[in-house]
Amino acid sequence: MSNDQYLMTNNLSDIINKPVRTDLVIATRYVNLFYGDFQALKGITLEIFPNTVTALIGPSGCGKSTYLRLFNRMNDLIDGVKITGNIIVDGEDIYAPETDVVELRRKVGMVFQKPNPFPKSIFENVAYGLRVNGVNDKKFIQAKVEQSLVRSALWDEVKDKLKKSAFELSGGQQQRLCIARALAVEPSVVLMDEPASALDPISTAKIEELIYELKKNYTIIIVTHNMQQAGRVSDTTAFFYLGELIEYGDTKEIFTNPKDKKTQNYITGRFG
Amino acid sequence: MRRFFKKLFEKIIEGILFLSSTVTSLAIVLIVIFLFREGFALFGRSPVEEGFVIAVNNKNPVSEIKASQIKDIFDGKITSWKELGGNIEDIVLFRTDDISNYFSEEELGENLEHVPAKISELINKTPGIIAFIPEKFTENDFAGKIITTDKITAGKFLAEKQWYPTAQPAAQFGALPLILGTLWVSFAAILFALPLGLATAIYMAEIANEKTRRVMKPLIELLAGIPSVVYGFFGLIVIVPLIQKVFNLPVGETGLAGSIVLGIMALPTIITISEDAIRTTPLSMKEASLALGANKWQTIHRVIIPYAISGITAAAILGIGRAVGETMAALMVTGNAAVIPHGLLQPLRTIPATIAAELGEAPQQGLHFKALFALGCILFLMTLGINLLVEYISSKRKNISR
Repeated sequence: MSNDQYLMTNNLSDIINKPVRTDLVIATRYVNLFYGDFQALKGITLEIFPNTVTALIGPSGCGKSTYLRLFNRMNDLIDGVKITGNIIVDGEDIYAPETDVVELRRKVGMVFQKPNPFPKSIFENVAYGLRVNGVNDKKFIQAKVEQSLVRSALWDEVKDKLKKSAFELSGGQQQRLCIARALAVEPSVVLMDEPASALDPISTAKIEELIYELKKNYTIIIVTHNMQQAGRVSDTTAFFYLGELIEYGDTKEIFTNPKDKKTQNYITGRFG
Repeated sequence: MRRFFKKLFEKIIEGILFLSSTVTSLAIVLIVIFLFREGFALFGRSPVEEGFVIAVNNKNPVSEIKASQIKDIFDGKITSWKELGGNIEDIVLFRTDDISNYFSEEELGENLEHVPAKISELINKTPGIIAFIPEKFTENDFAGKIITTDKITAGKFLAEKQWYPTAQPAAQFGALPLILGTLWVSFAAILFALPLGLATAIYMAEIANEKTRRVMKPLIELLAGIPSVVYGFFGLIVIVPLIQKVFNLPVGETGLAGSIVLGIMALPTIITISEDAIRTTPLSMKEASLALGANKWQTIHRVIIPYAISGITAAAILGIGRAVGETMAALMVTGNAAVIPHGLLQPLRTIPATIAAELGEAPQQGLHFKALFALGCILFLMTLGINLLVEYISSKRKNISR
């Protein structure tokens, strides 16, 4: 839905209750990624279903974060990266030369490991994505900011201090603000790179609750080091080891009955 | 025993460190005290040269003349006593040397021993006279009236517009043109240097690849190491003739030339400090912006510059500080005219250039000498203010980024 269509409704509840597309497909086929001579991803083929939470697990350096960053082309920022294979988002190969990276990143939002709000007010943090995408309509931005903060379960805590600096929030609140910021541009996919690893248990619980809520409207891919977290929030789990995809399947299946020995060892805490 | 020596050794090292820091701090404090003691000695003095007086005819109703009026009288700009509130009478100027116009050599005596008496006589018989004479001539049976002038005060020093420190009989110490000249040149220099320096800093921090940066960074640091006289020479040979030609001026030594040269000199400060500030922007913040669909330029001007803004401000202010205190280059290219500048295409003069140019000619302990120290005080207060501002901004920056 484009911005113009939103402008016609002008009604906040309409915007908040807007149905979200469910026809999205994410897939990678034989993806290899090299940092110079080092091969970080080895022939990864994977399909991710709409409105699910997919957890990427594996020991440090296994390539799970690198894999996550394929979907919004964040790896482009690193010098000397070479990628082969196909990465499909929404039926299109996002590494094709005609891809509009800005458009892609609007469609695929991202939440980072550490809360990283901008040095701006709470309101402006959420409005940022809209503003850089050329939205100027004040009412629309206002409605969108509120909707995103409601969706990220932060609205009640910040509605009276939207003009305050984002740095005044606690770490957990900042992370939910970052989620709201990602949601404001209406992505269909949200990538989360260990979103709770820098937070205390209570904030972590809130984020996990939120992920469960967001699943209804978004496709979520989450990198996590925390096995319990993966078990709690995800529908499917992919286990990476040394740049290879070892096992991918239903989370319950992987945690109770792993097919591969390495998966079993990792899940039971023998290494990692 | 060994432990004792170890302890003693530690104490000695501690003592040396303590001593050096004390000596340094003390030296700084002493320099400041010295500067202010010399500078403040100017105030409360009469602007008429020490050992000399200004005298008029006894019947002249005028008994006090301002220092600036004395200058105008002796420059021939004021010609009637009426302008000073006196009688309708033309002013007759008299300096001690003029005595030979009035009296023959015999009358003055072989060893000029009759000069004081003759001057006294002359003053007595000329109603319109104003005489600038040595004080000792007035000691015995002086027939004239000694004029008093207003004292030099800090307010007048800052507000008056005439800087004629060697004018006779009354020196004019109006620092306003110098203060304004310094500020004009410095701010104009920043107008040139800030956009250029900021653009360079952004390019180096965000756009240039590692190879380019490794070449550029030392080059810019080299810029900071070039002696200022070389900059001045460059300005004199290249920029001054260029300005003269481009603007079709009689002389190219102008405030504009000064600001360009000082701007170039302030560039390394601005570039290095703002580049450091830009580089402190966390990668995660840049990534967050890009991940929201912002392009590189949007990220730079909406996230990176706001994040680094206090560092960039500090860079600009330190750049101004560099320009304010710069002596040699300013002396060489600004034209050194101590008048209030009305535009950058006129010659002007800065405080440090004034001190450098005039200190050699000012007799020690004279009024001029003290006036230069007072200028030094003003300069010191200006740079102190600038440094405090930077300190304040940097402390605010720490609060923002936590």
